[in-house]
Amino acid sequence: MTTPTRDDLIDFVYEEARMLDDGRFDEWLDLWTHDSYYWMPLDYNQEDAKHVTSLLHEDAFMRKLRVERFKGERTFSQKPKTRCHHVLNRPFIDHMDEEKGEYVTHTAFHYVETRLDDQILLAATARHELKLIEGKLKITHKRVDLLNSDAAFGNIQMFL
Amino acid sequence: MSRYANNPQAIRNLIRPTEVHRDVYIDQEVFELEMKYLFANTWVFVGHESQTPNKGDYFTTEIGTQPVIMVRHSDNEIYVLHNRCPHKGTKIAIDRTGNTGKFFRCPYHAWSFKTNGCLLAIPLRKGYKDTGLEESESVHGMAPVGAVKNYRGFIFARLNKDGPDFESFFGESLSSFDNMVDRSPEGRLEVAGPPLRYMHRCNWKMLVENQTDTCHPMVAHESSAGTAIDLWEKMDKPEGTQKPMAMEVIAPFMSPYEFFENMGIRTWPNGHGHTGVHHSIHSDYSAIPGYFEQMVEAYGEERAKAILGENRHNTVYFPNIMIKGPIQQLRLFTPIAADKTLVESYIYRLVGAPDMLLERTAMYNRMINAPTSMVGHDDLEMYERAQEGLHSDGLEWVNVQRLYQEGENFDEITVENGTTERQMRNQFHAWEKYMTLTMEGDAQ
Repeated sequence: MTTPTRDDLIDFVYEEARMLDDGRFDEWLDLWTHDSYYWMPLDYNQEDAKHVTSLLHEDAFMRKLRVERFKGERTFSQKPKTRCHHVLNRPFIDHMDEEKGEYVTHTAFHYVETRLDDQILLAATARHELKLIEGKLKITHKRVDLLNSDAAFGNIQMFL
Repeated sequence: MSRYANNPQAIRNLIRPTEVHRDVYIDQEVFELEMKYLFANTWVFVGHESQTPNKGDYFTTEIGTQPVIMVRHSDNEIYVLHNRCPHKGTKIAIDRTGNTGKFFRCPYHAWSFKTNGCLLAIPLRKGYKDTGLEESESVHGMAPVGAVKNYRGFIFARLNKDGPDFESFFGESLSSFDNMVDRSPEGRLEVAGPPLRYMHRCNWKMLVENQTDTCHPMVAHESSAGTAIDLWEKMDKPEGTQKPMAMEVIAPFMSPYEFFENMGIRTWPNGHGHTGVHHSIHSDYSAIPGYFEQMVEAYGEERAKAILGENRHNTVYFPNIMIKGPIQQLRLFTPIAADKTLVESYIYRLVGAPDMLLERTAMYNRMINAPTSMVGHDDLEMYERAQEGLHSDGLEWVNVQRLYQEGENFDEITVENGTTERQMRNQFHAWEKYMTLTMEGDAQ
């Protein structure tokens, strides 16, 4: 890929969700740059990820830890394992900078997570900041805002 | 069929020196009596004064299952009022936080109240002429709780008018609050953002017990902390690379039993106690540049060292909060039903201290206490399995016997081996005392 088209950007966002639904986590980890962050704010319109609490604010190490933990023999809350399912709206392309190779998408989606007899449904919006590196799109930052981020949840175990 | 109401002896029979009956966790009648007696007779945490900084600011919460409003009145004092209109019962405030100006106004019939609860006005008041309204309880306005205490910014309330006074209920356990607040060079904390909210389908006491359970971290959290250590060791990194903050936070959960044995547990009367007497999982955090110097300037070197030398792990204030002084956190376990508990985890800014301390606090909170946290997941899994398992008729009693000594006296302050379950026994001793303190009925 030299310059991604709008369809390439949209396909990227869909493909990422499919990797999570399929449990292809190692492939998913490869989508990210080494200094990228995955952020889920706790508060509506939260701007500070560091000095107030977030639901998640994970660097490459923490994302890898989460993936390795899923695979662990003694990961008790993953016996049996959680499964997830994404239904995405068509992503908006908010920003295309072909010179710098930087792109921003905005995607509304519904997320379902299930384990044993429980199933939860979350409505959320994802903002992907993407960069073209050596012909491949990579995530430099992903922000997921839950519609009800201030609600009291039970365990939310997978990546959104 | 009522088994426990007005039957203090039946309540006492639920607690043995080394065992607790499962009804303490699963019986809905016991739960309702806890709300009526335990949460009314004890001093229960409400909020922090920085949540209502200005006159008219309010914050809605619960004491047990009772909805209350914490509000700053025009005299700058903080009042705690029952969140109920004295007319028809409508909850006055629904927002978790807000500013009501000079008065509360009920959205149903517009009865209005000063921010200390006093009735201000009723529309069409003439309709009450000669009806004897002045004899009714309604005329007093929004009822205040029995007693309120502001301890160094932390607001506690007792629902009952009479009962143990604040100082004698908490006694020397307040030293953990003192240490947390003294860690600010200005001796002041401020709440930092909203709390994490986490719904647990288990009894609230399981959470409180877990705060001084030092035999579970290396087992239940091997999946997260153990995996983190493995990953870090296997990672390609230049020699001498400093451990990232996240590793410093998570790795101590895998400390061996000896570490927890040696750290010690101190128990105080009335169900309070703390882990980490000598050292704790918070002891080995890297120094934050500039902080010690600020503390020395504020307190002098000796006192600064004494304050920062305390590394208490979890301090339980019976019945339902835990604080972590070294990282300025407070967790509130609000009971909703016998098998349902809301957990709220707050973090505080040390006023006058470097922001990096707050960064570590926020990191700890999301890594350990969030519904999205890898560490919290396994704790909740254990509580929920226990809540289900206790319905098994195979056994009726829960064992809390570790390092039990015959004739334990919970009126004494003691320091024990850090893996003792004495603090849990201490809590159940207090539970029995405050459950039956004002319960009427004959001993059988």
